[in-house]
Amino acid sequence: MNSEKLRLYDGALPVEEITNYWYNEFKTSNYGAIITFVGVVRDENSIDGLSFDIYEPILNSWFDGWQKKANEKNAIVLMAHSRGDVLNHESSYIAAVCSPKRRVALEMIDEFVEDFKANAPIWKYDIIDGKRVYAEDRSTPISGAGILS
Amino acid sequence: MVKIEFLGPINKESLSLDISNLNELSEVLKGDETITKWLENCAVAVNDTLVSSKDVKLNDGDKVSLLPPVCGG
Repeated sequence: MNSEKLRLYDGALPVEEITNYWYNEFKTSNYGAIITFVGVVRDENSIDGLSFDIYEPILNSWFDGWQKKANEKNAIVLMAHSRGDVLNHESSYIAAVCSPKRRVALEMIDEFVEDFKANAPIWKYDIIDGKRVYAEDRSTPISGAGILS
Repeated sequence: MVKIEFLGPINKESLSLDISNLNELSEVLKGDETITKWLENCAVAVNDTLVSSKDVKLNDGDKVSLLPPVCGG
């Protein structure tokens, strides 16, 4: 299943552990290109960090859809994300693509990260003075939103 | 009964409603001032599958989730 390909953690991601694990797991699978994107929380707008809620059932189906799409091009996708609080300068998100061909991997990492931003069921909050403030202005309605209005 | 859950920042307790489709749910929620402002930006899932139309029948024991705007990463 996807357990080693989609990993969720409480708090900041142990980046070296995750990326080393994936590299060791997949370097012998004849992927010529392994591209890793590591998202790091920036110190800006006086925040102490970010905090996240995740709705796992739909995240799993979103990720499974991407895995299928990647597999059609003989590639795989990998992802790790944090739940709860992640302080500035720590990582909350890693995405990766492994592919026999570099061009597939380079294009897919872009689409995978952008679609993640637009459609993965994860909610972000700024941590300001110890409180969680929903990052409403940076959030995007999921495709098809608004049917009940 | 159908369970309605409000995810992420909506911060509202789940509801249990006697309804048979999403049109009825829409009418109920439009009358709830704690939720009306979210409706135009919320995606809807029935039993954890996103739906794109209100023409969805609901059965006893179904779960409807409202997903407000997202921002992972």
